[in-house]
Amino acid sequence: MRAFSLPLLLTLAWRNLWRHSGRTFAILFALALGVWSMVSIAALVRGSLEQQLTKAIENLTGHIQIHAPGYRDDPAIEHRMPPPGPALRAALARPEVTAWAGRVRVPAVVASERESAGVTLVGIEPARERGLSFIAKAVTAGRYLESADEPGLLLGRKLAERLETELGRRVVVMSQGVDNDIADRGFRVVGVFDTTPEATETNFVFVGRATAQRMLQLGDGISEIALMTPERNRLEPMLSELESVAPGLDVQPWTRLEPMLVLTETVTDTILIIWYTIVFVAMSFGLVNTLLMAVFERTREFGLFQALGMPPRHILGQVLMESLILLLVALAGGNLMAWATIAGLEGGIDLSAFAQGLEMVGVSPVIYPAFAVSDAAAANSLVFVLGLAASLYPAWRAARYVPVEAITRV
Amino acid sequence: MDQSTEHTVVCRGVSKVYRQDAVAVPALTDVALEIPKQDFVCLSGPSGSGKTTLLNLIGGLDRPTSGEISVDGRRIDLMDKGELAELRLRRIGFVFQAYNLIPVLSARENVEFVMQLQGVSAAERAARARAILKEVGLEGLEDRRPGELSGGQQQRVAVARAIVSEPSLVLADEPTANLDSKTAENLMQLLRHMNTEHSVTFVFSTHDKLVMDFSRRLITLRDGRIVDDVRRE
Repeated sequence: MRAFSLPLLLTLAWRNLWRHSGRTFAILFALALGVWSMVSIAALVRGSLEQQLTKAIENLTGHIQIHAPGYRDDPAIEHRMPPPGPALRAALARPEVTAWAGRVRVPAVVASERESAGVTLVGIEPARERGLSFIAKAVTAGRYLESADEPGLLLGRKLAERLETELGRRVVVMSQGVDNDIADRGFRVVGVFDTTPEATETNFVFVGRATAQRMLQLGDGISEIALMTPERNRLEPMLSELESVAPGLDVQPWTRLEPMLVLTETVTDTILIIWYTIVFVAMSFGLVNTLLMAVFERTREFGLFQALGMPPRHILGQVLMESLILLLVALAGGNLMAWATIAGLEGGIDLSAFAQGLEMVGVSPVIYPAFAVSDAAAANSLVFVLGLAASLYPAWRAARYVPVEAITRV
Repeated sequence: MDQSTEHTVVCRGVSKVYRQDAVAVPALTDVALEIPKQDFVCLSGPSGSGKTTLLNLIGGLDRPTSGEISVDGRRIDLMDKGELAELRLRRIGFVFQAYNLIPVLSARENVEFVMQLQGVSAAERAARARAILKEVGLEGLEDRRPGELSGGQQQRVAVARAIVSEPSLVLADEPTANLDSKTAENLMQLLRHMNTEHSVTFVFSTHDKLVMDFSRRLITLRDGRIVDDVRRE
């Protein structure tokens, strides 16, 4: 059996493509546009999802949280835990943990002279929260808390509006102490923070952790430990380590703490696959139609090839080679266009004029495209492999002509 | 000695019936024919007499309904598609009336085409293509594409391609049909020259008296049967 004469097939395929340059440019443009839309839209969707995930993780969730058993079902003061012991501290000091902090986190009521609201009181160690949560970066008026003994309080802007209070004014925070009596304390508002989603501004007030512990008579007890790692999708080793050094505690990754985000990620992946499929089907119709036209126009030529002794598999190879060239050029063009688009949108797309409700659900109105190699690889592989597969039909049509019929075809 | 080894082509009881809807249309009926090596044979007859059908059957482009056909002693009626393609590639050259050349290839590339399929090295292909194009009078026109050549020049390229890989048999279907008389005569002189110099057997189908006059053997078909077979030395 003779091997493929690759240079011959390549020459024939390339020159045949340019016999109808207008048609070739049209299909190349359509294919490249499809690839561009796949990669660019995937980057936008992925960017939006990435922002949601980052935001949710910064909004006090972290990558892993540790609680006393029962706290997640009933986040009350009864479900407190002692500060981390030596073994847990050693685990938290490992380089795999980029930041960690213990918090007091209990339900409370905050009242101004005019209004009151139910909130979650969060006692924090201000220095440790940097790099762990959004709080330090979100203060837009006044100042951030200075220490765990800080007597001041941070209030969200929306909550401040609702309470009709402002920076420098005093508010009273009430909660249940360890003895089941009402514990209360007055705080001066030292900082106001702005963040998304809006619920974060209305649901949380932040005070120094030691101040909160004194108010609630908690001693050195805490409600939770939150920590960050370098890679949010590789938590298993750290989870195992923490579970082994804190056997009586409830150690949970963000994926279980925020199941809606995991669902959003799954739905996003599914939507991208559906989008890829729709675009590919439209592209493949164009590709197959172009190749079929080329095959029908060249019926006599294929008959001549066969008469001259070209085996049918070479003819199959020639049509597939044309498809291969179209796909490779279109993939290169489409990816280049997508790269230019993503690079051009590095500063983000501001959709606030069109989607004012986005912030309510934690989606930033400014979307920053995030190029994911896996998304681009999936789009490119899909177009390349299925594009070639779709080209098999016209190639097979060309290869099965009977020479004498093809040559005499008018 | 087996008769088929002395002849380039042997046909025994060859019939071909085409089906048009439910109607059987006989194109050839019980044709028996022997063509010795290096012969220069013309198949003539009116339209529909079966000469192109016979040429296609000998070339393995079509299959007989019944009968045996041998080329160089090999039964081609028993071959599969792949074997027929290999036979055409190695032993048979074709010259058609029109649409002879591959439009996207230059004259030289058209001539090299068959050799490239045969796996001949690039250097040898180039040398043989230049030599044969020079022999058919197309020196200097090697890099022109078919659209840039006249009808006669295109047929010369087709002849060059048909014989460059030294087949034992060249089949030419109405090779002069689209040519003026002067060009046609030049082409036939060229084919006679190739027949003599390259020891190739030629079989033509034609209506053209000029082609008939050049042939050494004139076979006349009518209604799918051979009605006359004259040697004209």
